[in-house]
Amino acid sequence: MKINFIKTIEEKGVEALSLIFAVAVWQLVADRIVQNKLLLPSFYDVVIAFSVIVKNGLIFMDTLTSLLHFSIGIAAAFILGIPLGIAMGWFKAANRALDPIIEILRPIPPLAWIPFAIIWFGLTHQAAGFVVFAGMIFPIIINTYTGFKNVPRVYVEAAKVLGCNRNIDLIRFVAIPSAMPSIAAGIRIAMGVGWMCLVAAEMFGVSSMGLGYQIWHNYYLHRMDFVLVYMLLLGFIGLLIDRFFRYYVDEKMLKWKSGTVV
Amino acid sequence: MGQVSVKKVSRIFGKKEEGHGTEALLNISFDVQDGEFICLLGPSGCGKTTLLRITAGLETLTSGEITLNGVPITGPDPKRGMVFQQYSLFPWRTVIDNITFGLEMQGIKKSEARKQVEKYLDLVGLGQFKNSYPHELSGGMQQRAAIARALANEPEVLLMDEPFGALDAQTRNVLQDELLKIWEQKHVTFIFVTHSVDEAVFLSDRIVVMTSRPGRVKEIVKVDLPRPRSRTSPEVNSLRDHVLKLLEEERFSR
Ligand SMILES: Nc1ncnc2c1ncn2[C@@H]1O[C@H](COP(=O)(O)OP(=O)(O)O)[C@@H](O)[C@H]1O
Ligand SMILES: [Mg+2]
Repeated sequence: MKINFIKTIEEKGVEALSLIFAVAVWQLVADRIVQNKLLLPSFYDVVIAFSVIVKNGLIFMDTLTSLLHFSIGIAAAFILGIPLGIAMGWFKAANRALDPIIEILRPIPPLAWIPFAIIWFGLTHQAAGFVVFAGMIFPIIINTYTGFKNVPRVYVEAAKVLGCNRNIDLIRFVAIPSAMPSIAAGIRIAMGVGWMCLVAAEMFGVSSMGLGYQIWHNYYLHRMDFVLVYMLLLGFIGLLIDRFFRYYVDEKMLKWKSGTVV
Repeated sequence: MGQVSVKKVSRIFGKKEEGHGTEALLNISFDVQDGEFICLLGPSGCGKTTLLRITAGLETLTSGEITLNGVPITGPDPKRGMVFQQYSLFPWRTVIDNITFGLEMQGIKKSEARKQVEKYLDLVGLGQFKNSYPHELSGGMQQRAAIARALANEPEVLLMDEPFGALDAQTRNVLQDELLKIWEQKHVTFIFVTHSVDEAVFLSDRIVVMTSRPGRVKEIVKVDLPRPRSRTSPEVNSLRDHVLKLLEEERFSR
C-alpha cells in the first residue's frame, strides 16, 4: 500500500502540479481580482470555513446523515432492483409483465418523487433515501437485465451438460457471474445518479440535515464560503465512493476480466 | 457403458406446417459401440452440430430417437459430456474451478472436488496453469481444459464439436495425439464432429460420412488401421482419397 502510494506520487507528478497551479490561480483571482467573498470565496476562505465545521463537528453529523440517506437508497435499490432485473432477464413472462410498468415509471425524473417522498415518509431519513432509491433503481434494473440477456448461450449449455439444470443453479452459477460486469457498471451509474438525487432531496427540504441541506442553508445565510466547502465535500465523497467501489469490483469481483479486451 | 443408437432421426427447423422449414437432418440412423471412436464428417451446414446437440440433449428432434444404452435421450445429462466448437470455459472461473464445476453440481465440496480433478489436470497437461483464468490461456490450452472439464464428470459418451477447428495445424496435430491417448486410457465412447478428412482418418474407428443438407448418412467408412497411425502411409492416403471422393460427390450433387 505504502509503496503504491509513493509510486502514485512519482507517476502523478504532472497531475499534482496542475492541481496546485489551479488552486493558486483560484486564490489569486478571488483575493486580488474579485475581492468579494459572496461572489467567489478564495481558497483560504474555504480552508477556514472547513476548519470551522470540523471544529464544531457539523461536518461529521452532516456527512454521516448524507451517507445514511445514500445507504438507505442504495440498499432498497439493490434489494428490489437486482432481483427484478434477474427475473426480467431470465424469465420471458416476467419481462413481459414488468417491462410496461418500468417503461412508464422510468422516464419520470427521480426528483419529481420528492413531494410524495415527503407525504409518504415525512421529514425522515427514509424520505431522502426514497429519492435516492428512485434515482438508482432503474439503472440497476436495466443493467442487470441487459447482463442477463447477454449471457452467452454456450456458457448456459456448457453448464447444462455438466449437470447444472435447475433455473436457480443456472442463475447462480452461470448468469450472475457472467452478467456481473454489466451489473457492476449499472451500480456505478446508479451511484452517480443517486448521489445527485441525494443532494437535491436534502436541498429541497426532504431533510433538515445532510450535506445538501447545508448547501441550501448556508446559501440563505449568504455564507458562500461554506456553500463551497460543502460542494467540494460532496465532490470528494462522491469520488471516494466511486473509486472504492471500482477498486473493490475490479480487484475482488472482476479479476477474471483483467486484461481481456471487452 | 456408452452405446449410442441413432434411429431415423430427422430435424426440421422453422415452420414445418407451412412447408418452408430448413431440413437439417433427414432419417439418419447408425449405431455407435461402447468405447468406440466415431467421427461425423460432412460438408459445412449438413447438420453435424445439430445431430451432436440432439445427442447432448440441447436440441430437440422432429422425429426418430437417439438412445444411450437403450434409454431415449430427452435432455442434458452429465453422462454425456460435450466439448463445444466455441471456447466455452467459464471466464470467471480459474482452470481448476472450471474442471470442478460438474463435481460441484453433484454436491461435492469445492475443496474435495479440487483434489479429485488433479488427475484430469495432469491428463491434459495443464497442472501449471490450474490457477489461471481462461483468458490467460491459448486456444489449444482452453480446449484441453474443456476436455478435462467434460471428463471430470466421468461421462459414458464424450461429444466433441470440431473442438480443434479454431486451432493452427501444429497445435491441432498435438491435440489429436493427446486426445487419442486420453481415449485409450479412459473407457469412454467418443463422437467427434469434424469437417477435416485428415482428422477423421487419423482419429476414428469409423467415419460417418454425411451428405450435404439435409444431412443423411452417405457411407460409414471403417478405418481398420492400427494406432498410432501415420498421417501419410499409403493405406491412410487411399482411405483419405476414398473419403474425399465421397465428399466431392456431395459438392456436385448440390
Ligand atoms: N436453431 C436453428 N434454427 C434454424 N436453423 C438452424 C438452427 N440450427 C441449425 N440450423 C440450420 O441447420 C443446418 C445444419 O446446421 P449445423 O448442424 O450447424 O451444420 P454443421 O454443424 O454441419 O455445419 C444449417 O442449414 C443451419 O442453418
Ligand atoms: Mg457445426
